[in-house]
Amino acid sequence: MTTLPALGGIQVERDELISGSEAIARACVLADVDVITAYPIRPYDTVMQYVARLIANGELDCEFIVADSEHSQFEMVKHASAVGARVFVGSSGVGWFYAFEAITVTAGLRLPVVAMVGNRALDDPGAFGVEHNDALAVRDLGWLLTWVDTAQEALDTALIAWRVAEDPRVFLPCAISADGAFLTHSQQIVKVPGKKLVQQFIPPYNRGNLVLHPDNPITIAPQVNEDWLMEIRKQTDEAMRRAKGVLAEAYQEFGDIFGRRRDPFIEEYETDDAELVLVGMGTLAMPVKVAVRKLREQGQKVGFIRVKWFRPFPTQELQQSLSRFKAVGVVDRDFSMGSPSYGGVLFNEIRSALYPLPQRPAVVGFIAGLGGREIRVPDVSNMIDMTRKTVEEGRTDQQTHWIGVRE
Amino acid sequence: MATVAVEVVYRGVFQKSLAKEICRGIVFAARKEGRIGTAFGRYGDSPERNGIPAKQYAVVADGEEELEASLSQYEPAEVDVTIALDDTLCKGVESWAWYGLQPVNKLVKENGTLIVTSVQSPEDLVRSIHRNGVPYNLAILRGQPSFSGLWVYRDDHTDVRVLGALSKSCPQLFSLASVEETVKEQWRSDLKVASARRAYERLMTRLVEPGEGNPEEAYSYHLLPWQEMREGVVVPAVPKGNGFRGGDKGFEPARNPHFKKFATRSMRPVVNFDTCAKCSLCWLHCPDGCFDITPEGLYDANINACCGCGICEEVCPVKGAITMVNEALFTENGSQYELWKAQGKEGYQTWVGEKVTAQKGFGQWSHGYHHKGQYETELALASKEAQ
Repeated sequence: MTTLPALGGIQVERDELISGSEAIARACVLADVDVITAYPIRPYDTVMQYVARLIANGELDCEFIVADSEHSQFEMVKHASAVGARVFVGSSGVGWFYAFEAITVTAGLRLPVVAMVGNRALDDPGAFGVEHNDALAVRDLGWLLTWVDTAQEALDTALIAWRVAEDPRVFLPCAISADGAFLTHSQQIVKVPGKKLVQQFIPPYNRGNLVLHPDNPITIAPQVNEDWLMEIRKQTDEAMRRAKGVLAEAYQEFGDIFGRRRDPFIEEYETDDAELVLVGMGTLAMPVKVAVRKLREQGQKVGFIRVKWFRPFPTQELQQSLSRFKAVGVVDRDFSMGSPSYGGVLFNEIRSALYPLPQRPAVVGFIAGLGGREIRVPDVSNMIDMTRKTVEEGRTDQQTHWIGVRE
Repeated sequence: MATVAVEVVYRGVFQKSLAKEICRGIVFAARKEGRIGTAFGRYGDSPERNGIPAKQYAVVADGEEELEASLSQYEPAEVDVTIALDDTLCKGVESWAWYGLQPVNKLVKENGTLIVTSVQSPEDLVRSIHRNGVPYNLAILRGQPSFSGLWVYRDDHTDVRVLGALSKSCPQLFSLASVEETVKEQWRSDLKVASARRAYERLMTRLVEPGEGNPEEAYSYHLLPWQEMREGVVVPAVPKGNGFRGGDKGFEPARNPHFKKFATRSMRPVVNFDTCAKCSLCWLHCPDGCFDITPEGLYDANINACCGCGICEEVCPVKGAITMVNEALFTENGSQYELWKAQGKEGYQTWVGEKVTAQKGFGQWSHGYHHKGQYETELALASKEAQ
């Protein structure tokens, strides 16, 4: 009997039918990750199951530690990253929140931990479905933060994540957000690249004189008073600013090596002649695109823009893009209770990004699909109608509309 | 008067309550004269370690608006009075790594006052206080330390005696009558009222001219801009050490160059190399790794790294081989081993004898609070000595 070559070792691209979670586990093999820590919570736990299987199959050689809690789980990868190990970690919902002390210091210490957040509603009540509030909680801390919408994009973005996070110009952790159920548990055909190409794309992680090693005696994170902390925050701010350019570079080279070229920060769909667009993140792109096609058949000039990177926020890209339209409807799969206009997080970020422009489109906010509630094509048509009506009626009250809530 | 600011420099954590009581007393006494005030600790000094210099402040103003100018600050730019609750703080204040050494009179404004609790003479104190660019008054509040070489407990009345002294040194703050009224109200003790009055009457004050004092420049550090700092909250660590003084024998650990610990101690160990049994217990127990091992296996307390905790004296099995001696008796921080080598046995024994004898003048010293009833025992001993 001949032994099949382990998948992790394959050198040519091949198609596999895998879920978003499995795509990210597969990326761990390709990137030759050294340390992975896990603690079960749905829907992230699918990744740890796949990782365990890949290790059992002999395809992945890494330290795999199932921790006693999310807090320990995130602490372990933080320390492993400090000594120079490539790491992967992940969680969902309130599990992610339980690790928050470790999550905060990971960004402060500039450790390039790559994490997957299987987006899940925050408790209470206990719910398994997608909401973006879990991952969004790191938006102010110095984490790179992205939303992916297909299993292919999950795999590709994970590879980009290690490359950019571990770039010495950046050294920031990166969270890859994948909508619970709709992406974590949905299998699609994914082009899995050969490992040699991936090695060409992601250089080894070299922490230089920041590495914690007896030959490089350093102290990490000593107590400081008020006369040091602001400079440290400024360093993180500059790293986040530099990350923008490093991301653009990485997408360019990704296209050169793997042949899949994409705009790094936003995806535009049917926007060339559009007068009105919806904007959103994650898997809601699917029903929105379907609705856009239907409405276009009826002669409506509508389009869709998907925001891919939330941190660093694509301010210039969105300013350039959105200023072309009369009206913009922002669909948030999150909530921000008591915020300006009682709007979602993305809505308020976009409205803020557009404020300096002399020609600003009207911006209408929608809260939809919370707790994993499906966003269906009629919901999308409804949002497009409401956005148009707001502009036609010249309404300035800017209230936020809840879509699909029983009344 | 607009505002009057008072700084209290003390040794954490033993004198924290004392410093706080004094600052609260200032605010209460000022209220008697229709003024308002605020009392605050210098936040960055916390957590306070054993003996580390720390600060509290009280600011008094005529009205809310004047007081607002002193709020949301860690420390005022200048003060009318600095109170040093331990006379060894006259050598300077090192409250934290990277801050360098702050002269104790750094914030005292022209013709302001530095009040020191001490049994030393004004001349001895002036010698250890860094020179100030402006004339100021040095006031000495005489009194024996009540516990472990420090003025700590309520029973030694340091709290109210400082308030009495303040009304003398800084009459624009409040009168003695206001202090007496406050002490009666807050402390409910006629004895304490009498102590405050006596401090007012007996306070010794001497003008210090700009040219007087320790001529040394207090060491300081350059705070780096963000572009020059290593990223990732990383600072170089202290590397492992080498042989003694660059030789291939003995061992000298490398030390943090950014924290000298000259002023974090109120006492230092005097090592008698002629009676040392080379047992290594001092070296093992020292929490700061301050001992250098000489080529002959002796243990030289490196005074740049010693925090003055006294553990070495306590663990030393040879009586008199290590003696903790008040910091006021030293003007330099050189190596005792070098002194021993240079002076020979006889000369060195004379030097040790002088220090150990002089130490007796500073009263009882023990290694902190050890057992139940220790305070009562020491208090009884102190009152017996006072009679």
